[in-house]
Amino acid sequence: MAESEQSQRKTRRSEDDQEVAEVAPADAAHKAELDSEVDSLLDEIDDVLEVNAEEFVRSFVQKGGQ
Amino acid sequence: MGIETEYGISALGAPDDIDLHPMQLSNHVVKAYGSSAPGRPAGWDYETESPLRDLRGYEVTRGQAHPDQLTDTELGMANLILTNGARLYVDHAHPEYSGPEVTSAIDVVRFDKAGDLVMAIAAQRASQSLGRSVRLYKNNTDGKGASYGTHENYLLSRATPFDRVVTQFTGFLVSRQVISGAGRVGIGQTSQQHGFQLSQRADFFEAEVGLETTLNRPIINTRDEPHADASKHRRLHVITGDANLSEISTYLKVGSASWVLRMIEAGALQADVRVAAPVATMRAISHDVTAQARVTLTGGQTMTAVDLQEVYLHSARAYFETIAAELSEPAQIEAKDVFTRWQDCLDALRRDPFELADQLDWVAKLKLMQSYRDRDSLGWDSPKLALIDLQYADVDSRRSLYAALVGKGKMQTLLSGDEIERARTTPPEDTRAYFRGRVMEKFGGSVVAASWDSVIFDVPDRPALQRIPLLDPLRGTREQVGQMIDSCSDVTELFAALGR
Repeated sequence: MAESEQSQRKTRRSEDDQEVAEVAPADAAHKAELDSEVDSLLDEIDDVLEVNAEEFVRSFVQKGGQ
Repeated sequence: MGIETEYGISALGAPDDIDLHPMQLSNHVVKAYGSSAPGRPAGWDYETESPLRDLRGYEVTRGQAHPDQLTDTELGMANLILTNGARLYVDHAHPEYSGPEVTSAIDVVRFDKAGDLVMAIAAQRASQSLGRSVRLYKNNTDGKGASYGTHENYLLSRATPFDRVVTQFTGFLVSRQVISGAGRVGIGQTSQQHGFQLSQRADFFEAEVGLETTLNRPIINTRDEPHADASKHRRLHVITGDANLSEISTYLKVGSASWVLRMIEAGALQADVRVAAPVATMRAISHDVTAQARVTLTGGQTMTAVDLQEVYLHSARAYFETIAAELSEPAQIEAKDVFTRWQDCLDALRRDPFELADQLDWVAKLKLMQSYRDRDSLGWDSPKLALIDLQYADVDSRRSLYAALVGKGKMQTLLSGDEIERARTTPPEDTRAYFRGRVMEKFGGSVVAASWDSVIFDVPDRPALQRIPLLDPLRGTREQVGQMIDSCSDVTELFAALGR
């Protein structure tokens, strides 16, 4: 009883491992794709950001409003 | 209903000692738009002041009524009425766009985004005429102690007991930031603590109820100028909201608020929604970037802000079912769409707020900043993150980070660019804003002054100015006056057609 449960568990685990093994490359590729997408977004935004962030933010001073 | 927004303003390229006063700068911006806009926007008199009511019978010559002069008030500040029925003027040292009266959430979005376009054009024109780059931002704070408003206006029945609005609407306003927040770098009015929070405005509210809008700001504002028949209506002036760039944020903000108010108006909200310490709770909710902040009700019960929003949503849905048959088909469709999106947002906020990064301003901003923090190891005190916060809201699409996200397909929109451009010059069709906008477009040169509830004309051969009252917000629609305006070639014909 205990033995068969253990072997079942073992079988399941090996199935799990297989699944993980199959999924992993796709996941990694997907993650790399996402990373490069984020990188290109940030690069694009870097191009439009005002040049001197510290000075620009410091000089943005408003009078109060409602 | 409608939204009015004060935009942040700055001009680059000159030393501080010869800097223009922000009021003058704002004036340049508004005038620059007035001198370039199609249909030639003319004067707007200060609308709520009673002298306007005494104007009937007052005589001026045509020369004095020339539109060039009429763009200036006694204070010398530009004040325009636009062909889309909106008002563009200088308020509290900021250029302000007050959108026309509309009847649906999607039209609020439409005319709010049209206002961003108006400001983008105004900033470009002002930059050319001043020879300095003028920047306008659709935000609500400079992060250094100043805050300026984005106010929503809702028409309520005069019969609604105001104490019910206070006890039942406060919890809604306090908790809705999880959806409608525009996101902000810095905690506290002067950003004295480093960090990110959901709302631009939350830290600037210090009272529960009151008349003020610039000091000791109250969550529920008691200003009562209905701009309509005061015996029937009250205008609820909601001053807690953030200026949103995201169309979905604005859509849900006003769509949900208008349904909660209808329900409160009808006395149909039975649930206990009284928040124990609204001012502190509003800040606490804003400061929790996981959107799981808890709220304590006066009865001692606690729940998350998301749960409290769901209480309002469930009640509003139930109330809608009882009156759905009385609504037009488009109104029913919009109500259902608002409820579905509202529920979807609350569900996503419970699972993982980042699921909403392509829908809500605060999540989009936070996600972008988080990417920068990960890539460049930035702390929340980094000026770069403060710059991203600011530049997200630049009205110029060449610099706007919001626009960059839309361009990359990372932010959903509800309207096309063409639809928004059309709303920049064309009024809504189902309110009195239609009459106001169309007469500005066609007979702008004869309009001496206008307010939300009147238009005053100088009609040739009539010794006195002619005032057309527009007290009913739902009169003056395209259906009622469209053909008449189309068929008149001048203001004399218009008055003949009006039977005056």
